[in-house]
Amino acid sequence: MMSAKLFNITTIFYMASTLAFLGYLAGRNKNIGLAGIVLAWGGFAIQSAALLLRWKESYDIGMGHAPLSNLYESVVFFAWSTVLIYGIIDAKYKYRIVGAFVMPFALLAMAWGQLYLPTDINPLMPALQSNWLLYHVLTCFLGYAGFAVACGVSIMYLIRARHDEKGGSKSGIISHFPPAKILDELNYKAIMIGFPLLTLGIITGAAWANYAWGTYWSWDPKETWSLIVWFIYAAFLHARFTKGWVGKRAAWLSIIGFAATIFCYLGVNLFLSGLHSYGGL
Amino acid sequence: MNTSNQRSFVQRLWDFFCSLKLTLFLLFTLAIASIIGTIIPQYPNIDERYWTTISSGKRALYESLGFFDMYHSWWFLAFLTLFSINLITCSIQRLPHVFKFISEPLLTLSESQQKSWSGDDINLTSTGEESKNRLAAFLTAEFATPVITKVEDQYHLFAQKNPWCRLGVYVVHFSILVIFAGAMIGNIFGYKGFVGIVEGDTVDHVELRNGKTIPLGFEVKCDQFSVTFYEMPGGGQSTMPKEFKSILTVTENGQEIPDYKHVRLIVNDPMTYKGITFYQSSYGQANNPDAFYFNVKDRNDDSSQQIVLRPGIPVELADGRKISIVDLSENPGEGLTAVLASEAKGSHQPNYFKVFKDHPSLDELRGDRFIFSLTGTNLKYYTGLQVNKDPGVWVVWIGCTLMCLGLCVAFFMSHKRIWIVLPDKGKARIYGNASKNQPSFKNEFEALTEKLNSQNI
Repeated sequence: MMSAKLFNITTIFYMASTLAFLGYLAGRNKNIGLAGIVLAWGGFAIQSAALLLRWKESYDIGMGHAPLSNLYESVVFFAWSTVLIYGIIDAKYKYRIVGAFVMPFALLAMAWGQLYLPTDINPLMPALQSNWLLYHVLTCFLGYAGFAVACGVSIMYLIRARHDEKGGSKSGIISHFPPAKILDELNYKAIMIGFPLLTLGIITGAAWANYAWGTYWSWDPKETWSLIVWFIYAAFLHARFTKGWVGKRAAWLSIIGFAATIFCYLGVNLFLSGLHSYGGL
Repeated sequence: MNTSNQRSFVQRLWDFFCSLKLTLFLLFTLAIASIIGTIIPQYPNIDERYWTTISSGKRALYESLGFFDMYHSWWFLAFLTLFSINLITCSIQRLPHVFKFISEPLLTLSESQQKSWSGDDINLTSTGEESKNRLAAFLTAEFATPVITKVEDQYHLFAQKNPWCRLGVYVVHFSILVIFAGAMIGNIFGYKGFVGIVEGDTVDHVELRNGKTIPLGFEVKCDQFSVTFYEMPGGGQSTMPKEFKSILTVTENGQEIPDYKHVRLIVNDPMTYKGITFYQSSYGQANNPDAFYFNVKDRNDDSSQQIVLRPGIPVELADGRKISIVDLSENPGEGLTAVLASEAKGSHQPNYFKVFKDHPSLDELRGDRFIFSLTGTNLKYYTGLQVNKDPGVWVVWIGCTLMCLGLCVAFFMSHKRIWIVLPDKGKARIYGNASKNQPSFKNEFEALTEKLNSQNI
């Protein structure tokens, strides 16, 4: 299949982009940083084409559904969303170095999908045959992607804050990170993108569940974990207005939030059972 | 002394419920507590085998803590109640300030405010009244219509955009309460039930999850049920259903209802009548088929005949031989297959042959005068329908819509304010303030100031 080849090329682009960003981190050569973002957008364009092609191919073999229905497809889509949200934040705030902490997430997802997961297009069970599938998965994954970017930025923040506390040198790699205050702001911005999208993802999921089964909320493990993630980021948003909860604690909260997101996305399917069991291995 | 103590106690209680620390505590507690129910199985989905994997002491402990129905346990509901109280008290405490902020905007800047807020000088070519009018026209065209206040010998022009967006966050908080209210309405006035209807049968009641039966107030008949399966890559049918479909007819006291005759019901496409919604949820075999329908075509004159075979009961054909059904199988890829025995008159040596339901013309190859094809059986399916009544669901959707709108307003819109202080003598200055997204407002403010300076006011 043509799309499979394109996904392989995408993986190579993301790997090259990650390497370029790491090179940028070490050498501070602006052109290498530019190469990093160009490779990321290039990979993104190829991946978009591959996703559309896979969608078409599913129609060719008589199954006809958006490429969002099994673990492989969701992992690939997670990489796509992460690059998109990172690309938007890069275009808006121009802190290129952030790519070194975000592109590895996209690369990791693509590599895992391409190397270890079954890539077949599967038929869609009746419960999944609905347009809600597209809206629900799209909103959830763009939300996850916002949290992935926030997590990458938070890791940078913790490194930078430690460096500042020690009164670190002004010449090392870390001194070229954006100032801690900016990283804190970027973290907040990324979560401000992720949180409404996650909310919309939970709501579209509830609307779909109500339409398919007549219950908008059934405390299924996946639903519950998405709510746990929602609680954590709601806490993050309120923590900003609470004394003693800004800075490092907020960064940790963002990292914990992303860990919960990953558990909600993968852990629930791999370790727990429930309505979303089709997403398992 | 006593009363002041009481007041301070009430005051402290109020402060406790208003505090953001309580909010954080509740959000973390709810998050952590919610994990329990994703690890321990929950009613009604507990497999009998689970009980053998835990000790009786553990079971008793979990049961007393409500862990098997955790999300409805008293302590979880208590946390949710506390969460609601926290939301309400926070809003009561802060909303009046916000309303005041919106309804009584800061029209003039005091000396100290002018000093502490960094403003920009404006170059004016005109003076006094004329400047004031031109500046007002400029703000109206480029930003918003200003309110002009005269303080001693100074004019203060104040213009603002989106003051109401400060309410966004309260809309989100309110929407959570609306969703809770919708859920409660559904719990009190609605129900969730299940009914299995065999093809051709009619039901007028449903069984609820708690075992009670509830009359529907009308009748539902399952006219027909059918299921189709995905094709396997190599041909033949897989075991994965592609679609299952019920055809339903609703009647009230035996009277048919317009638009509710032969309604098609599939997964993801429910049917609602009188506030009660039917969802296609499962299906199954209702009987063991014992009659098999065959079409028998005679090569000599091309005539066809329908016969019904039942196990143990032979049927005689036109040439006197007896046909009986010996065996039946249904395998993926092969489909329903019947083994028939054909015994010529007077012979006791039957011939055996297979007839495949999915390959109706295959029997021609046998070369016999009679060509058999298996057309069907008297197998009946039952259709499993989830039956719900939830009058609160619309309240929940209103809450969800409010939440999305509120989040968009709270996150992506900002209350922007501009002041111009025009003194009788000396330089006029412009000041700006935004409730959110300062960097983008800074750019907007600088562009506005630049334009103002270039306009020769």
